[in-house]
Amino acid sequence: MAEKKFNVLPGFGLTLGYTIAYLSVIVLIPMACLILRVFEISWADFWRLATTPRAMSAYKLTFGASFIAACINAVFGAILAWVLVRYHFPFKRFMDALIDFPFALPTAVAGLTLSNLFAANGWLGQYLAPLGINAAFSPLGVVIALTFVGMPFVVRTLQPVLENMEREIEEAAATLGASRFRTFCSIIAPTLLPTLITGFTLAFARAIGEYGSVIFIAGNIPNKSEIAPLLIIIRLEEYDYSGAMSLAVVLLVISFCLLITINLLERWAGRYQD
Amino acid sequence: MAGYVKNTSRPSRDASSKSQRGTEESPVIKWLLISIALTFTLVFLLLPLVNVFAQAFSKGWAGYLKALSDPDTMSAIKLTLLVAAISVPLNVVFGLAAAWCIAKFNFRGKPLLITLIDLPFSVSPVVAGLMFVVMFGLQGYLGPWLDVRDIQIIFAVPGIVLATVFITFPFVARELIPVMQATGSDQEEAALSLGASGWKTFWYVTLPSVKWGLLYGVILCNARAMGEFGAVSIVSGHITGQTDTMPLRVEKLYQEYNAAAAFAVASLLALLALVTLGIKTILEWKQEREYELAQLAVPEPDTFVPTSTK
Repeated sequence: MAEKKFNVLPGFGLTLGYTIAYLSVIVLIPMACLILRVFEISWADFWRLATTPRAMSAYKLTFGASFIAACINAVFGAILAWVLVRYHFPFKRFMDALIDFPFALPTAVAGLTLSNLFAANGWLGQYLAPLGINAAFSPLGVVIALTFVGMPFVVRTLQPVLENMEREIEEAAATLGASRFRTFCSIIAPTLLPTLITGFTLAFARAIGEYGSVIFIAGNIPNKSEIAPLLIIIRLEEYDYSGAMSLAVVLLVISFCLLITINLLERWAGRYQD
Repeated sequence: MAGYVKNTSRPSRDASSKSQRGTEESPVIKWLLISIALTFTLVFLLLPLVNVFAQAFSKGWAGYLKALSDPDTMSAIKLTLLVAAISVPLNVVFGLAAAWCIAKFNFRGKPLLITLIDLPFSVSPVVAGLMFVVMFGLQGYLGPWLDVRDIQIIFAVPGIVLATVFITFPFVARELIPVMQATGSDQEEAALSLGASGWKTFWYVTLPSVKWGLLYGVILCNARAMGEFGAVSIVSGHITGQTDTMPLRVEKLYQEYNAAAAFAVASLLALLALVTLGIKTILEWKQEREYELAQLAVPEPDTFVPTSTK
């Protein structure tokens, strides 16, 4: 945007004022309320409530499954983005449009259909069950649901970077005698790495907060396949407000840390550079 | 999400797609990657979609229509439409205001404001719902005050609307900011210097120039508003026939072991997702076309390809 000393456009005060007021009412004040209420709990109580054995196993599942799902998404997302940008093949446009499907599909529907697909009598589960793999109603189900909801992030962050990558550099490497493998390792991979990590972190952050799709497929067995957001709801239904808020603040703090990490990563990847 | 950024980069790919001999993988690797991508898409995207409709129609058309005409399901559909009809316009007005001040003006703290607008994206829906319970519930700050006045927010429609507005908060603003930044303010300045009022300029100059971005934001916002589950689940109270939205109805039917009916309601939501994707694809295609036409009209210096590389 052009730097200007005088801006003749009207409405700055009105729009900025409205933006800040609306932001405060919808986002900032409710968030501040939650944090203030947690400060009313003593530190020792907070620590006890946030680290009960059931909570610890819920964190372990949430972060473990989110990490695995983000890794799966990083690998397959990179392949999907590469294929979509570089190759021509049948159903390409259809595939490109379908990538956003997990963004558009309500999470409850995603959970419902995935649990049905991977159940022992489902279309996919019937082939996994004889192998002894219990996909639905187990921690593996959590990974499957989180992979689904995080799918578009890596593809959609990598795609524009891949499209803007200058082919000339790869050509130069080829004319200088580098093999395709070497070009990939020393030119393409380092260029894409920051963006890939950004996409990975986005998918990871999304997976940590995910609730709707997971509860349908996880089976929700305490200490085994119970995710942290579900434990918040269980605490709330037990009228254990302090317990619910303590867990919520732990998730909130982790989300903030991830948000800051994503912002730093995006700066590193230079996505917003001119 | 990155639709706008993506489209501007298309032409450079076409310009460089001619000489690829040294810069292309062997056909074996190429087709291996394509088949991995197609298999992954089939298993993780296409099958879940097809499964929704297959299960929904597992008891035939009659069973499908019967499941949907259930009075509790009908009221869930109505509530979902009502919630979307309130929360989407609220976020559109906010999105336009936020995009105007962020894209057209320079001020201190702008990066912070943009980060804060994005904040609801990174908050777990469950935590978002809890915030409103803590604020308006009986145990909360405003709860006793509201209770005396017999105003119910939590476990009622206002709470559902608030939670939905929170979750869909960034969608419109996020789509509009880059579009408004890209169009610049020259046209508005021209309109103003010719004597148009501020509102007139906004209606006749700004709004038409961002209409596709706005529409894009609206359909994404709407899809999320109708499909939100976690946040709404906490504040709704699950009163059948009163505070159940469509996604909550899906869960309840599923828990009642009425899978066919759950899938019937789910199929409506899946249809909504498909329509959203369809409109999105058409909008992207339109933007791409407009961009390509603009490129033909005015060749920009940075897309110039030196003759030596051809």
